[in-house]
Amino acid sequence: MPDSAEPRAVQAATAMKASVNDFVVKFANVNGSGSASANGLFARSVMRMGVPVAARNIFPSNIQGLPTWYEVRITEAGYLGRRGGVDLMVAMNPQTWDRDLAEIESGGFLVYDSTKPLGHSRDDITAIGVPLTAMCNEAYELPRERQLFKNTIYVGALAALLGIELAVIDALLADDFKGRDRLIKANVEALRMGHAYVLKHLGPLPLQVRRADAVGDRIYVEGNQAAALGAVYGGATVCAWYPITPSTSLVEAFTAYCQDLRLEPETGKARYAIIQAEDEIASIGIVVGAGWNGCRAFTATSGPGVSLMTEFIGLSYFAEIPAVIFDVQRGGPSTGMPTRTQQADILACAYAGHGDTKHPLLLPADPGECFEMGAQAFDLADRLQTTVFVMLDLDIGMNEWLTKPFVWDDARRLDRGKVLTHDDLEAGREFGRYLEVDGDGIPYRTYPGVHPTKGGYFTRGTSRNPYARYSEEGAVYVDNMERLLRKFDTARALVPAPVARPARRRTRDGVIYFGSTTPAMHEALEMLEAQGRHLDALRIRGFPFADAVYDFIAQHDRVYVIEQNRDAQLRTLIMTEGGVDASKLVAVLHYDGTPITARFIAGEIAQRLALGQPSTGQSEAAE
Amino acid sequence: MTYILKPQLHHPKLPTNSLGFTRRDYEGSVSTLCAGCGHDSISAAIIQACFELELPPHRVAKLSGIGCSSKTPDYFLGNSHGFNTVHGRMPSVLTGANLANRDLIYLGVSGDGDSASIGLGQFAHAIRRGVNMLYIVENNGVYGLTKGQFSATSDRGSKSKKGVINHDTGIDMVGLALQMGATFVARSFSGDKDQLVPLIKAGLAHKGAAFIDCISPCVQFNNHNGSTKSFDYVREHNEAVNRLDVIMPRDPIQVDYKSGESIRVQQHDGSILSLHKIAELYNPNNRAQALGYLQARQARGQIVTGLLFVDPSAGDLHDAVGTVDAPLNALNEAELVPGAAALDRINASLR
Repeated sequence: MPDSAEPRAVQAATAMKASVNDFVVKFANVNGSGSASANGLFARSVMRMGVPVAARNIFPSNIQGLPTWYEVRITEAGYLGRRGGVDLMVAMNPQTWDRDLAEIESGGFLVYDSTKPLGHSRDDITAIGVPLTAMCNEAYELPRERQLFKNTIYVGALAALLGIELAVIDALLADDFKGRDRLIKANVEALRMGHAYVLKHLGPLPLQVRRADAVGDRIYVEGNQAAALGAVYGGATVCAWYPITPSTSLVEAFTAYCQDLRLEPETGKARYAIIQAEDEIASIGIVVGAGWNGCRAFTATSGPGVSLMTEFIGLSYFAEIPAVIFDVQRGGPSTGMPTRTQQADILACAYAGHGDTKHPLLLPADPGECFEMGAQAFDLADRLQTTVFVMLDLDIGMNEWLTKPFVWDDARRLDRGKVLTHDDLEAGREFGRYLEVDGDGIPYRTYPGVHPTKGGYFTRGTSRNPYARYSEEGAVYVDNMERLLRKFDTARALVPAPVARPARRRTRDGVIYFGSTTPAMHEALEMLEAQGRHLDALRIRGFPFADAVYDFIAQHDRVYVIEQNRDAQLRTLIMTEGGVDASKLVAVLHYDGTPITARFIAGEIAQRLALGQPSTGQSEAAE
Repeated sequence: MTYILKPQLHHPKLPTNSLGFTRRDYEGSVSTLCAGCGHDSISAAIIQACFELELPPHRVAKLSGIGCSSKTPDYFLGNSHGFNTVHGRMPSVLTGANLANRDLIYLGVSGDGDSASIGLGQFAHAIRRGVNMLYIVENNGVYGLTKGQFSATSDRGSKSKKGVINHDTGIDMVGLALQMGATFVARSFSGDKDQLVPLIKAGLAHKGAAFIDCISPCVQFNNHNGSTKSFDYVREHNEAVNRLDVIMPRDPIQVDYKSGESIRVQQHDGSILSLHKIAELYNPNNRAQALGYLQARQARGQIVTGLLFVDPSAGDLHDAVGTVDAPLNALNEAELVPGAAALDRINASLR
């Protein structure tokens, strides 16, 4: 703003972006200021107008006072990944003013609190001042009210600027504050304060939200919440955990769903047990103990927790005890970036343990798959008698995503795997805990207490013969380890199969991706196609890898592997497990802690395709 | 080392309990510990206690960590499921197992390295959660399997077999268990079967976290002059505060001490603990006094043994988290899976 005595409400640039239902709004706030619910209200109001949104929280590891951002992509076309770039910045944090302004694309807009003049030197953006603090100081007595309602006022102002219907926001407020009429009224009034100011002084922007019918029956939910619901439907009864960002909300959601869905009607008693353990070691210990004793048990954690659990994961592999771990990945190593997203635990989880160990991984791409795989993981753990990982990340886990509705078939049965009952034993079924019977590497097990004289055995991490008796014989050890490999091979057909997305034209170029990269990848493929660049795509959903993954690689000259980590961990895993020529797999890596964008992927691939030569090096993460 | 199976021959005249089991039915495979090891005496006491309590052997789940003591669950209750877990982490595995099936009896066997060094945290947390179990630490003050290093219960100033003096303060597991809220706390000595067997019986019958610290000399590495965990030292410094008789609901009450000399406590399962007082001032129903008494005697170099504290009406972890009466591992699909209709309602709430 120029230092004139009378700041103008609008400082217009010569060129302005214009768009209906296709732009990016970013909110820059101070955390702990109550902005999160107002920003969420904004995103949901757009969705209630029938326009899909993709919203992402970018927040610090802090409770109060540090910068936090919320990015809302408004996308009638349904691109749910990050696009990259910002069209409208709602800059509410003086600490980050300069960098927030720098992020606005040319022709974009800035909405700011104009109570005090704030200077900037960009003449290619349009700045819109709303005297939020002054309005609040006039309307409210209490400092907390002044702070909280400031957020609602800017939502009202944005509604007027972008053409969002007030009635839609009113309805959301009525839902959110059901039964608290005073709060509803106060928010409705604050909303109108901002709305009226814009109508009087400013008028609408060329960025507009218009009613559409592009949301359909989709739901809007966090991956952690979806995974927790999956655990409920998967029959999990024991959960042991230790608080760690970004996985904590998964257990909180599991607790809430259990309180709602898992109480014995007659007594109100719990058909579940949730233990906040003293650390991650105890968490997985409790899970292993419950799994040994015939319960479906899980823990939720992040990278540092997986490190602590590693000895137990090795025991679970060798002693063949079912366990489920939801790993909500964040930046590492060490404490790394606890509130930022990465896909950087792939290798650590695939091979967690000492000695020769490997574990099935499930790789959900959205909350819908978090639910499905969350339930499926328990069937797989029981069937395979081993630890199964569900690999979320902060982006899927802690952001609300628009996703297909959850589906459950009431005819579906829990697969408890190979368990011999009292009657089986009584009927004289031979029991060797580690005996190969069916040729699939999976032995039979018994639950403790099953029979007075049959089926008892001693579980240990040390080597033993097929009848669970201690043995350090080399040949016995090798036989057992080979059987465990056969079992892992059996898992190949049981984990979720990869999903192919063929190009419209024949091509020798392919791309492999997984997890939260998916929506940005799909958009990038469209961008590349528009440039005449065609790639077949394969989304990996499970480890051990299906044969289809290696067939896909064999069918292409070059395959880009898109990942959100530094060391190309999935690419390494593909090469290690399948013996693929390294020069064939080209790593495209994004690991600055923010979710990967469509523009980044398209740019990186286009650049390499233009060069016409395969690159084995790793790209810069920065956009 | 190979696994040694015991011969299946039974003496035809072995006495049976009311379930028709002989003492042999509570045994396991042959011990591979050193001859004379205190731990084998504790295994024998466990076998005796389970036989006398007439427990169906398969209804006991026995869990341990890593170390000499943790090998012993293989040597008793051969028809039970056992789990030799991870070093220092038996308490968490036992906690999980207990959550899965509240109907079994849980016996945790550990050592001083396993529970006081690497596993101190898990020990404390399982106790403070009130997991329904009997937790026995076979305490020899030394690492046996790795050949003679001090453990965290070695007393300050005690001497290793190689002549090294321990400069760290020993952890008193009994004091810790009392502080962490154990509802049954005892100490005994592997060389005193008459004292130990009733304590194990009472601990198995107790509802809640029961703990026995059992001094168990290591004949190889900690039975020399200068050790405070040797047979001779413990015999000389042992001060029993009471003598226990356990009377199960079905048993006739035979023990009858004069009033003033005994305390009678009825536990949750109906078992009666009849305590003959030896130390007149000792009151096993008062946690704070127990701690004070122990510390005062410890300062005098005495090792206090007996039933040190019991809360006969204690609850357990299942009471705290409010689980259903049925074992969680026995719940069926209808009880666990809310179904499609519930999911439709959830979907509707997320739009």
